[in-house]
Amino acid sequence: MANEDIEKIKDEKERWLGCVNKGEPEKFQTVSGVPVDVLYTPADIKDLDYLYDLGFPGEYPFTRGIRHNMYRGRLWTMRQFSGFGTARDTNARYKFLLAHGETGLSVAFDFPTLYGRDSDDPMARGEVGRCGVAVSSLEDMETLFDGIPMGEVSTSMTINGPAAVLWAFYIVAAEKQGVPSEKLRGTIQNDILKEYIAQKSWLFPPEPSLRIITDIMAFGAKHVPKWNTISISGYHIREAGSTAAQELAFTLKDGMTYVEAGIKAGLDVDTFAPRLSFFFNSHLDFFEEIVKFRAARRIWAREMRETFKAKKPESWLLRFHTQTAGCTLTAQQPENNIVRTAFQALAAVLGGTQSLHTNSMDETWALPTEKAVLIALRTQQIIAEETGVINVIDPLGGSYYVEALTRELERQAYEYFEKIDALGGMVKAIEHGFPQREIAEASYRYQKAVDEGRRTVVGVNKYVLEGERLEIPILKIDPNVEKEQWERLARLRQRRDNERVKRALKDLKDACAGKDNVMYPILEAVRAYATLGEICGAMKEIFGTYSEPPMF
Amino acid sequence: MKKKLRILIAKPGLDGHDRGAKVVARALRDAGFEVIYTGLHQTPEMIAEAAIQEDVDAVGLSILSGAHMTLFPEVMRLLKEKGADDILVFGGGIIPKEDMEVLYRMGCGQLFGPGTPTQEIVDYLKEKFPDRV
Repeated sequence: MANEDIEKIKDEKERWLGCVNKGEPEKFQTVSGVPVDVLYTPADIKDLDYLYDLGFPGEYPFTRGIRHNMYRGRLWTMRQFSGFGTARDTNARYKFLLAHGETGLSVAFDFPTLYGRDSDDPMARGEVGRCGVAVSSLEDMETLFDGIPMGEVSTSMTINGPAAVLWAFYIVAAEKQGVPSEKLRGTIQNDILKEYIAQKSWLFPPEPSLRIITDIMAFGAKHVPKWNTISISGYHIREAGSTAAQELAFTLKDGMTYVEAGIKAGLDVDTFAPRLSFFFNSHLDFFEEIVKFRAARRIWAREMRETFKAKKPESWLLRFHTQTAGCTLTAQQPENNIVRTAFQALAAVLGGTQSLHTNSMDETWALPTEKAVLIALRTQQIIAEETGVINVIDPLGGSYYVEALTRELERQAYEYFEKIDALGGMVKAIEHGFPQREIAEASYRYQKAVDEGRRTVVGVNKYVLEGERLEIPILKIDPNVEKEQWERLARLRQRRDNERVKRALKDLKDACAGKDNVMYPILEAVRAYATLGEICGAMKEIFGTYSEPPMF
Repeated sequence: MKKKLRILIAKPGLDGHDRGAKVVARALRDAGFEVIYTGLHQTPEMIAEAAIQEDVDAVGLSILSGAHMTLFPEVMRLLKEKGADDILVFGGGIIPKEDMEVLYRMGCGQLFGPGTPTQEIVDYLKEKFPDRV
């Protein structure tokens, strides 16, 4: 558009604003506090260069999507994060979900497993099978996938500190089903930086953690080529209370830190970058979420190509899984959560997600019941098969507002990159507590806005039902799970070849102390039925542990 | 002069969800209370010990991992064992109503679920400890 036309539009907008009541500006900002104008025009995107900034789907810089034909070619994977009780209980839930049209699996482990501890560890008291499934050994993993063809299904595992061990359980369980590792598809989260920032389930200090991650990337490139060896996650950062811009910035900066670590370890960027994937939150502010996904793709493509000199297009594209925002769900009038989740899921789809988890309405009370999780899955199926939104790629592209806000989020992300660089990079920034503090500030600001009624939460601070009674059923975990797990582990330790376990753990410690890839000795220990706690314990002897200073 | 109310906010067990604990700790501090936060991954023994050492009036436990039926009773039992059952144990997190009822019967203080305004927690503590500021 010619400059004089832009000037004319600006003048006309000024005139028009004279007739408009814009309301109080502080009332009209995104959920993250980004002020937004009452109306956007071509003047707001006058510098937008279509071919340079947007381009075409499946092509650099991938702002509009990473596939040429997006959802016409293949829908996103409908992947419900689930796990509870024993491996046997969760196996039944997976079969239920697959039978109802789910297209990928996603394993939620319990806290002891997330921390690399066995179910009979003293710190595991009361936690076994409570907020995920307990997997302490290869035997549990075999049970978890019993009757599920591991060569066909793709599986995502939310596991970080002990990711190498759980991945090894999965690889060996598949071997036992006769499926070679080359055929396996799935993801391990394996994103340790965001553990220090937000999710807090770490095992080792940052340095050895990064070394394990580069070992995993190297092993994956060679033996499990279809596996996403890392899923760089903003989800937990957002759930911890960050803004959209913080989620975007910290996640991408974590990603760049892994790329740097890989390059520093001597790997060619194009061998591992195509297996990096991402995981974002889809929160309440509809347009802000959509633009966050678009900005993420554009930033990643540019950084990978220009800063890290990746040559393969597959190294440039940012593939991501999305989960709707658990932190936006309310305990009050929980049925309303179905509606919140539907809008968040729609934003993820309009933002071009590759895979999606929709939360269940009852998750502020407990893990979801079968009924609740089925409604959540149906929500995705309705979006995919009834609403028509999949017909056209990036249908909001070109919207003055969406393009202007995409650029604004991009600008805010680069502002954070500069601050982090000034602190000496992400690892240093984490050691300074910088991202942790930024998130805690944002989370407190949000809570205050809700407490003071400046931000509405339906059913909580407005439209409250007096004397409300909970009318939905809540899932109960069998209290015997913990005892059953103890007994199973005791039997396993008696039955296996303990000499072989001892040798394998010694070899593992040698690899940890030296430079050899730790995946090979971990796999041997797993084949010998060494438990998760034993393997992680051996690694801790060499690598040490980590704790953070308490601050609020 | 009235003594300031002293509160220990604690994260027992392996649960890493610390958003709620941190927001509550800050809101209580902003309300004028003295607040100590344990940080993550505390055993019930560590929490009971800290509560006594720090001479607090109340301990707020934050549990979102589903382990509340083990960890709340254990902290209360240990405080009693150490002769410190005058310290109020209250808390919050993802706790089904039925479990709340059981914990109340064991003598647990108020349990706050998601969506609780922080002022409600401040008011509750002021009411419980009228001789403190």
